[in-house]
Amino acid sequence: MPSPAENPENVLKNDGSATAGDTDATAPAASSAPSESSSRAAGKELVRFDNVTKRFGDVTVLDQLDFCVDTGKHVTLIGPSGSGKTTILRLLMTLLTPEEGTITVDGQYLTHEERNGKLVKPSDKHVREVRKKIGMVFQHFNLFPNMRVLRNVMEAPVHVLGLSKDEAEQRAKELIELVGLSEHLDKYPSQLSGGQQQRVAIARALAMRPQVLLLDEVTSALDPELVAGVLDVLRDIALSTDITMLVVTHEMSFARDISDSVLMFDKGKIVESGSPDKIFSEPEHDRTKEFLATVL
Amino acid sequence: MNWDWDVVNDFMPEFWDGLLVTLQALALGSLIAFALGLVWAMAQRAPYAWVRWPVTAFTEFVRNTPLLVQLFFLYFVVPEWGPSMSALTTGIIGLGLHYSTYTAEVYRAGIAGVPVGQWEAATALSLPRGRTWIAVILPQAIRRVVPALGNYVIAMLKDSPMIAVIGAMDMLGAAENFSNTTFTIEAYTVVGIAFLVIAYPASLLIRVLERRLALTS
Repeated sequence: MPSPAENPENVLKNDGSATAGDTDATAPAASSAPSESSSRAAGKELVRFDNVTKRFGDVTVLDQLDFCVDTGKHVTLIGPSGSGKTTILRLLMTLLTPEEGTITVDGQYLTHEERNGKLVKPSDKHVREVRKKIGMVFQHFNLFPNMRVLRNVMEAPVHVLGLSKDEAEQRAKELIELVGLSEHLDKYPSQLSGGQQQRVAIARALAMRPQVLLLDEVTSALDPELVAGVLDVLRDIALSTDITMLVVTHEMSFARDISDSVLMFDKGKIVESGSPDKIFSEPEHDRTKEFLATVL
Repeated sequence: MNWDWDVVNDFMPEFWDGLLVTLQALALGSLIAFALGLVWAMAQRAPYAWVRWPVTAFTEFVRNTPLLVQLFFLYFVVPEWGPSMSALTTGIIGLGLHYSTYTAEVYRAGIAGVPVGQWEAATALSLPRGRTWIAVILPQAIRRVVPALGNYVIAMLKDSPMIAVIGAMDMLGAAENFSNTTFTIEAYTVVGIAFLVIAYPASLLIRVLERRLALTS
């Protein structure tokens, strides 16, 4: 079992700019210009999908999807496989590009760039800049097998954020402690269990201090007895920090514990959304009832 | 047939010279093949077609024409409008260039064998492209292909006598020279054994490397 550090929010604090209680009512609701202003103001829209369509060949995976996620909220996406949940996370991580529509993160276009008042294909530099606000944990961990645990977590802070080795190492150690793996700093991923690898992957994603954390079926590839350790760590992070989360999971009790809202997907559309209590206890839509009957 | 140790003794000075040429060609040729092959393999994954296309055309051309023709071309044709180089330098470049088109395929397979999740993780962390190659992809790809690269070194060793056709006197060239002037045959035997003595330990070394580099995953 992991033994998370006492105060995760201290580890995750975004360079002192804002903590859980802060509000910044003066921040503009949405601005397309890159801004240094605090983006953590509660209630502010952080992720926005406008009319997003994604197709794979003839198959439409997302169909003119609109939705948004406010800063600090934890949103769980549920629905049958193939309903487009994972595609949403992969679009946000820029691993896929939408055929139509726009995605905005913290007031900046992710899928486009504004030039002379027109929306154009974004430059690599622009994508990189906006994408830094997003972190992702994958179903299959995707740790770098040629690096030890500590370096897996340090690599991006040093080479992307430009932190000094010492600073990155100190932060990495704090995060590895948060996920309960301090004794394993010098091990290679192959020497860890799946659950431990996934906890390293969580630390690695958090080390970039993302504003949004995407969790893509993070326990689906784990042996059943390792699932609880990973979910405990995530529950702890969700409940004690102000990080915004988009979660795709089949762990309904976990979803219920951490979510502010739940979106039920079917065939690339949102069929129902609401608080976890409402969705899990009194779903309105037949499709939701049907789906929940199969997973609960 | 009589075996005459005196003939072997007489051949030795020329043998050592030839051996030196063979080993130089092998070592430097391998370095060129390893480095250039990696350049070709990475260029073939470049995001720009104007990089990929000429590299593919060139490597296909070199791989599908005989080394012997390439050596003649480099030694006799290139100096017409370019630099003229010594026979050994030409031979080294010829061997390295020819084998780089094979090592490129080896690297290509190694790179393709790195799971797509590694690229995705690098993207998710916003690692720059160069850093992704150096820190994530190549360390995993190269470990996989060391044995295959080693096999090409041994293949190159066995092709190295070809450089004698442009006058770089390797072991076999030296033996031929010696035998033709002395009307003896011992020198060929000596050279044959020498090839075996170099190639066999090399293949053992490759197997050791293979084991030490294996990523247990």
